[in-house]
Amino acid sequence: MIEALFYTLSVVSIISALLVVFSKNPVHSVLYLIITFFSIAGQYILLNAQFLFIVQLIVYSGAIMVLFLFVLMLLNLNKESEPQKNTLFKMAGVMIGCLLFISMIALLKGADRIAMPAAYDSQIGLVSNLGKVLFSNYVVPFEISSILFLSGMIGAVMIGKKESTDIN
Amino acid sequence: MELNNINEVESVIKVIPIEYYIGLCSLLFSIGVMGVLLRRNAIILLMCVELMLNSVNLLFAAFSAYRSDPNGQIFVFFIMVVAAAEVAVGLAILVMMYRNTKSVDVSLLDKLKK
Repeated sequence: MIEALFYTLSVVSIISALLVVFSKNPVHSVLYLIITFFSIAGQYILLNAQFLFIVQLIVYSGAIMVLFLFVLMLLNLNKESEPQKNTLFKMAGVMIGCLLFISMIALLKGADRIAMPAAYDSQIGLVSNLGKVLFSNYVVPFEISSILFLSGMIGAVMIGKKESTDIN
Repeated sequence: MELNNINEVESVIKVIPIEYYIGLCSLLFSIGVMGVLLRRNAIILLMCVELMLNSVNLLFAAFSAYRSDPNGQIFVFFIMVVAAAEVAVGLAILVMMYRNTKSVDVSLLDKLKK
């Protein structure tokens, strides 16, 4: 049962990731990316990481994807007008992707030699447990991330607002 | 908090080896890199960066679950925080780029080369 779920989610995420890259229409790419994010959220459930599941759904499938779709509609880019790279560059891109995959597999082959703990705690991904860790060991990074959000928000507004003087 | 023996837990840890997660995440990451190299639409480039971040997040969560160490999942949370801020700023830059060049083709942004 768990194996079947794992393989189904993996195949769905890989196929939709490929469709993100290769679909011509940007709106279709965004929709396939949402499918990829949902299947990755399913993997989090399989790993019993419930907090990450909820955060993935809210942040990625909710906020980030709405932002992408909103910008896509705002700029009126939902048409297949993208100029294509020439065939040599495309071949090189695919080759580099395949080589990267092969080398990563070869590099990470020894990961099974990492000592796994004998005792196993299936409850680490629950919200209460992660909350305790976050607010006892990681309070300072948590507060700093709020500063990051504030500066990101100010930066987005500053960059995105219409310039009063024409720079051209 | 009670610790269970790994043999008694009916979960993904028992039936799926960690190498499968490594393979899946490497494949997703490579697809993201391939997308960045192949496409010229800046929005698709940002989406491929999101794909790569997600594959790394999944690998972090997998190792965290297999080693029953919550620090990895906290790290995933911080990666998501940075990704959300990055997307907001990136899309603002993209809107500004569209306003100036009337296109989101990244190959038009080669003024520094000339």
